[in-house]
Amino acid sequence: MALPKRKKSKSRRDKGRTHWKLTAPTVVKCPQCDEPKLPHRACPSCGFYKGRAVISAKA
Amino acid sequence: MRHRKKVAKLGRTASHRKALLANLAKSMIIHGKIKTTDAKAKELRRVVERLITFGKKGTVHTNRQAFRVLQDRKLVNTLFEHIAPQYADRNGGYTRIVKLGFRDNDCAPVSLIELVDYKFPEEAKKAKPKKKTEEPEQNN
Ligand SMILES: [Zn+2]
Repeated sequence: MALPKRKKSKSRRDKGRTHWKLTAPTVVKCPQCDEPKLPHRACPSCGFYKGRAVISAKA
Repeated sequence: MRHRKKVAKLGRTASHRKALLANLAKSMIIHGKIKTTDAKAKELRRVVERLITFGKKGTVHTNRQAFRVLQDRKLVNTLFEHIAPQYADRNGGYTRIVKLGFRDNDCAPVSLIELVDYKFPEEAKKAKPKKKTEEPEQNN
C-alpha cells in the first residue's frame, strides 16, 4: 500500500490551510424597516416578508 | 421503482415519521399556521396539500382517506366543511412557507407554514356582514 514517505512539515500543513476561509453571509436591506436581513427570509426586526407581517416582531 | 421519488426521512423510522407528520398536519388544521423546521415544513406541505385535495373531492372514500391520517372526526369535518371549500378555485399550492431564520437553541432553520389566505370559522362568519381589515398580528 502506498504510504507517505515524510511527515508533512508544519509549514506545508499550514500552507494547505490558507484556503480555509470564512465567507460573509449575503445581507440585504429590509424594504420595510431598512434593517439588514438575510435574503428570502422574514425580517427578524419587523417580521415582514413580501410586504406583509408574517410574524410579530421580537423587540 | 422509486426512481427520483425522494422523501425526506427526517432522521426517523417510517412509523415515527408517519406519526410526526400526522401530528403536524393536525396542528395545521387546528391553527391554520405553524412554526417548525424548514425540513419538516417542506414534508408537511405534501401531507396537508393532499388532505385538502381529499376535502375538495368530498366523497365518503376521500373522507376515510383523510381520517387515516388525522384520526379525528372533528378535524376531518373542519377540513371538509370549512377548509376545503375555501380552496375551491385554487389548483394546488394551498400552503405557503416563509423562512424565519435560525432557532436560538440549536441553530435549526425555522419556517412558518400556513394555509394560504385562510379564514378561521369565526372570522369567516364575521367577514360576511362587514369587510374584514388586514390585522395579522392578532392571530399570533
Ligand atoms: Zn424589517
